[in-house]
Amino acid sequence: MSGLMTLVSLCYLISAICYVIGLHMMRTPKTARNGNRLSFVGMIIAVVMTFLIVLKKNDTTMSAWLVLLVALILGVGYGVYRARTVKMTDMPQLVSLFNAVGGGAAAAIGTFDYLSKQNGVSLPVAFSLPVILDLIIGSVTFSGSLIATGKLAGKVSGKPITFPGAKLLNGIVVIIILAAIVLTVGFPTNVWTLVTAIVASLIFGILMTIPIGGADMPVVVSLLNAFTGLAVAMAGFVIDNQVLIIAGALVGAAGTILTLQMAAAMNRSVANIIAGGFGTGDSGGASAADDVPVNVKETSADDIGVQLAYAKNVMIVPGYGLAAAQAQHEVAELAKLLTDNGINVNYAIHPVAGRMPGHMNVLLAEVNVPYDQMKQLEDANSMFENTDVSLVIGANDVTNPAAREPNTAISGMPILDVDKSKSIVVIKRSMSTGYAGIQNALFSNDKTSMFFSDAKKGLQEIIASTKEYLDQ
Amino acid sequence: MSQELYTNLAIFVLSLLVGFEVISKIPATLHTPMMSGANAIHGVVVVGAILVALEANTVTFYVIAFIAAFLGAINVSGGYVVTDRMLEMFSKPKDKGNKGGDK
Repeated sequence: MSGLMTLVSLCYLISAICYVIGLHMMRTPKTARNGNRLSFVGMIIAVVMTFLIVLKKNDTTMSAWLVLLVALILGVGYGVYRARTVKMTDMPQLVSLFNAVGGGAAAAIGTFDYLSKQNGVSLPVAFSLPVILDLIIGSVTFSGSLIATGKLAGKVSGKPITFPGAKLLNGIVVIIILAAIVLTVGFPTNVWTLVTAIVASLIFGILMTIPIGGADMPVVVSLLNAFTGLAVAMAGFVIDNQVLIIAGALVGAAGTILTLQMAAAMNRSVANIIAGGFGTGDSGGASAADDVPVNVKETSADDIGVQLAYAKNVMIVPGYGLAAAQAQHEVAELAKLLTDNGINVNYAIHPVAGRMPGHMNVLLAEVNVPYDQMKQLEDANSMFENTDVSLVIGANDVTNPAAREPNTAISGMPILDVDKSKSIVVIKRSMSTGYAGIQNALFSNDKTSMFFSDAKKGLQEIIASTKEYLDQ
Repeated sequence: MSQELYTNLAIFVLSLLVGFEVISKIPATLHTPMMSGANAIHGVVVVGAILVALEANTVTFYVIAFIAAFLGAINVSGGYVVTDRMLEMFSKPKDKGNKGGDK
């Protein structure tokens, strides 16, 4: 190893340590931000060292420099712009978009290196296997994540999309991919094998994601995150770069754990989700939950104001509707109004409320809701019996009692036992179903009153009326 | 098996194990930032993109190199910035007046 290469290798090692410690620090809110910054420092070191290598080699054409610098400047500009301007509610699809581009970049690196070998030359397995895996995983992540982004952004229908022959097509694509692996590993290089593998993988990514219902999207995004990590690690094998292998494997493993945790929170297996059982209509579509008579009680802001002003314990149950309406400030204002008047206010946070695990926590943290008021599923469920008023804001599936019955699309998913509280107020824009696409019996419960409104506007009205009654 | 491959494989497997260990038992509060933070880390792919891009010498390779570097740069820059924005919200419980965020 030359002197420079030793220095670079040691610095790569330091970067890798930064990623590991950084990720570790992200386990608690206190150190999380510094953890991310440490990981960022590691990234800067890795990039600077990489430039040192290529400057030292000094055999790069001007055009290559130009292409690289323009690509980097445009990429950084676009990435930073999107990251800075994205609304809190749109963060999930942005994370998914970053998965897509990461997977795409990894696939492009594999393609580059494969094509740089002469056509017709036999390659050692140590090179050809990582190349083809890199290409396949990277391409699947690319197209799959784009579909997931589209679903989360509402540009692609959030409902599971199936069509006749989907299974057959899936089978054919998988066979083509397997054949491509065999051809790449066992035979001399051939551009067409590569192209076929890329196209088949892109199709597979789409086929894998479109039949999955929107409610499962968070798990899928997390899974694709892990996939991207693996694709990056494979790219590391291809170009023999350790920092890519370490970081990629780290994310692959960490992403897998996160995915399993999320799936566990929904009491579902990852295999089940990928197989597309959730809400695809093939798991007892015409279930009891569909037949729930929709005779609901409507209420007014005025009536809710009275209920809240005279309650002792209030539980706020936020859901995607809160995020969509950007109503987090109003929620915090209402909570503060109530606590200032001696009323106990807590938030019941379902782990998968919103479009991403922890989505609600992020939103509420934005408006400085104290941590001790955010109750996780189990704590919240032990509190509902003593709750006078549960205020459900734009949450649907995570409160649906149908989860307790067999043969519904959400059977077995742990839910918030909102129906145990003494009175329930649901703020919702319409009677439309949640992401799982089924009716919610909670809404026709005798204790429930519905307030049809946009969360932001509705809360403003409720704050005004609550104030009136508190002032009396 | 070559020495090189063996080393890389060992690094890969050990890193996987570290990944499993380092992230287990995360409070749900941090699931999204954590995912986003891990997402930023796989932005390291930009390093690979830089390395291959500078070997490019024909139009085909320029195009592929451009794609790799462009996509990688989006991943790494956007990933860190968006994660920092999420975590910023956790780190300002009371001193909100001091700085209104760096947007």
